[in-house]
Amino acid sequence: MEHLINIVLLGLLMLAGFAIVRTKSLLAVAMLTSIYSLLSASLFVVLDAVDVALTEAAIGAGISTILMLAAIALTSDEEKAPRHTPLLPLFVVIATGAALIYGTLDMPRFGDPAAPAHRHVAPTYLQDTPTAIGIPNVVTSVLASYRSYDTLGEVTVIFTAGTGVLALLGFRPRRRNTEDTGRKKLVILRVVAKLFFPLILLFALYVLFHGDYGPGGGFQAGVIFATGFILYALAFGLSNSQQLIPHQLLYVMAAAGVLIYGLVGIASMLLGGKFLEYQVLANDPVTGQHVGILLIETGVAITVAAVVLIIYYGFVSRRPAPGDI
Amino acid sequence: MLTENLVALQVVVPLIFAPVCLLLGKSRHAWACALTVSWLALGIATLLVTRVATIGTQSYAIGAWAAPIGIEYRVDMAGALIIFIIAAIGAMVMSYARRSIEHEIAAENSGYFYACYLLCLTGLLGIAATGDAFNMFVFLEISSLSSYVLISLGTTRRALTAAFQYLVMGTIGATFILIGVGMLYMMTGTLNMMDLAQRLPGVDDTRTIRVAFAFVTIGVSIKLALFPLHLWLPNAYTFAPSVVSAFVAATATKVGIYVLLRFFFTVFGIHFSFVAMHVGEILMVLAVVAMLVASLVAIFQDNIKRMLAYSSVAQIGYMILGISLATSAGVTAGMIHLFNHALIKCALFLCMGNIFLRLGSVELHDLRGLAQQMPWTMAVFVIGGLSLIGVPLTSGFISKWYLVSAVLDAGLWPLAVLILLASLFALIYIGRVVEAAYFSKPDPTAKKVREAPASMLIPAWLLIGANLYIGVDASLLAGIARQGADILIGAGVP
Repeated sequence: MEHLINIVLLGLLMLAGFAIVRTKSLLAVAMLTSIYSLLSASLFVVLDAVDVALTEAAIGAGISTILMLAAIALTSDEEKAPRHTPLLPLFVVIATGAALIYGTLDMPRFGDPAAPAHRHVAPTYLQDTPTAIGIPNVVTSVLASYRSYDTLGEVTVIFTAGTGVLALLGFRPRRRNTEDTGRKKLVILRVVAKLFFPLILLFALYVLFHGDYGPGGGFQAGVIFATGFILYALAFGLSNSQQLIPHQLLYVMAAAGVLIYGLVGIASMLLGGKFLEYQVLANDPVTGQHVGILLIETGVAITVAAVVLIIYYGFVSRRPAPGDI
Repeated sequence: MLTENLVALQVVVPLIFAPVCLLLGKSRHAWACALTVSWLALGIATLLVTRVATIGTQSYAIGAWAAPIGIEYRVDMAGALIIFIIAAIGAMVMSYARRSIEHEIAAENSGYFYACYLLCLTGLLGIAATGDAFNMFVFLEISSLSSYVLISLGTTRRALTAAFQYLVMGTIGATFILIGVGMLYMMTGTLNMMDLAQRLPGVDDTRTIRVAFAFVTIGVSIKLALFPLHLWLPNAYTFAPSVVSAFVAATATKVGIYVLLRFFFTVFGIHFSFVAMHVGEILMVLAVVAMLVASLVAIFQDNIKRMLAYSSVAQIGYMILGISLATSAGVTAGMIHLFNHALIKCALFLCMGNIFLRLGSVELHDLRGLAQQMPWTMAVFVIGGLSLIGVPLTSGFISKWYLVSAVLDAGLWPLAVLILLASLFALIYIGRVVEAAYFSKPDPTAKKVREAPASMLIPAWLLIGANLYIGVDASLLAGIARQGADILIGAGVP
């Protein structure tokens, strides 16, 4: 049964991929990539990688679709005819694909319990997490403690992206009543948005603080938090949503998240440990782990939420015409 | 606290101060912050090199999780040399930067610029310090993403397309590296480089590992602009702000070469890379073509920044040629040239920044007679240019000397002839600029310009000073490079 689901999902993924390549309307392409991400998210669920699935659904299917639509609104929704012949890219893609398939030939069988990936470091994570970290979600323990430094790096990547968008697009503060004329008619959207806005924020907090126990964590929480504000901006206009969360605050948030993360590391050094050694943060090592993970996950969520909003505002505030996407 | 955490602080200090720079915004404080931090990084790097030289390889378990469970920072002599040159270039360029940035970048963007500069520094230092294959990828992303932003801040709109082109190529490269690392993890269950080196020999006769090797090699080759994957580089260096050209040209491709060294020698091992996969022969051919073709193309450039960019592609060829020999002498020569070329190219691009500040152009025909008006700047260019050619008493001569003797040791004398031929091309392209600046009559309608301010001359002259010092006494550098090369080569012996 599982194989059947996998085959169907992978088949649909391939179809979506071909459709993305062939479609000329970029609006349709944005929707198709969203579908592609949703299909991948479903595939990750089948593979029992629920944390990854949650991220893919929130980012791939959610945020990046909105950002793509915002970019299309700024430019054009028709693909330009390519200037070069597609022969070289086609050759590169075929060669890469062939190499990937060739590489699979000696891989361990799918789901093989004897595969090296399941035999070397993974058992240590599974065995030690309950005693050393004291939380049930092993994915969180790897991301936020064992390989926490990678996560700090990833947050820095996101922070870099936010800084880059600020440098290239910047913010253009909106004057009021240039944009709210047509939007008053969107009664259903407004009512639904009003209902959902607090729930989305609440859910983001749940995903953040429940990350130790179930799928989720700072990254997903940040994205969900940002989508709440994006929904609000869609329904009530950009200037209203910017009053809710002014852009100076977004700068501070984007920087603060990385700083919180980094300072947790510095604090553990000052307390006599190694960088990001949470054990020293409290008298009891396991409590220290809890404190450390909670702090850094909060840092991640703050930076991610701020950067997603910075990118969104960066795009939509450049539109000269009234109204946003 | 300081000494035992030195390795971590090397990377973490610039990382933490990058968001601080963003918060400081467009004020002078952002520059002051970036300057302090880049000098601090140089200080830490100096301590680190001394420590590695006296005590030996430094290993640091981040979060106190011992490798391979956690992420290990591991700095040996090869890594220490790279860290030192990155930090040194970072400090010099930042000391130089303020006037140039005020001139070339809009005031409201300066805070973002300094934040991205520190992020780029963080990423590059992180790559050189880490002993973990995936962590290397993460820091590669930090350095790449920030350098795309830095390049896109150039004065003309073409900087945007140049940055975008680099972004597309760079992302393909990064994805290839990630695929390769993923396959390595699948076959070994580990991401730690030393652990990979131990576990790979058991599984390296598989198609998966061979494909992983190919993906990593091609991915890194894009990042280090190995011919013919260098197409992103000329535009990126030409249209970037002067400060960025100087910083990126001197560091980013060098770190790419370091990554290649790590994977070839430490992770895959010299036997697998050079005997089983024959990567040496392939690299040797590409390196020679890069040396000759890119030098030849450089001769025909009228924009001097673009000329220097093509010259970089050629110089990368020299470094790769040394590495492709897979001998201790060859790798030593590659590392010596890596270090020297960073000094040379940084000084030359800083020169271009001086000229752009006063003249508003770096086109060859605008430079006629400039040597009378900007003698100090042009003197830097001449000495840097002589190094590029490889004239004795400059560091470039040391590079060529080691490279030619490594090639002759390997019994490949025709290559030595080709190296000299490429140097001849360098003589021509540098000669064109010198001819224009010193021996051409200035255009009578051209405006008179002043010499660049001292704050921009001193860093360039410090780099030239280091260059000349190495030209006279290279024993320290050669000793460190030899030690690094021996560690790399030794790590691969089964």
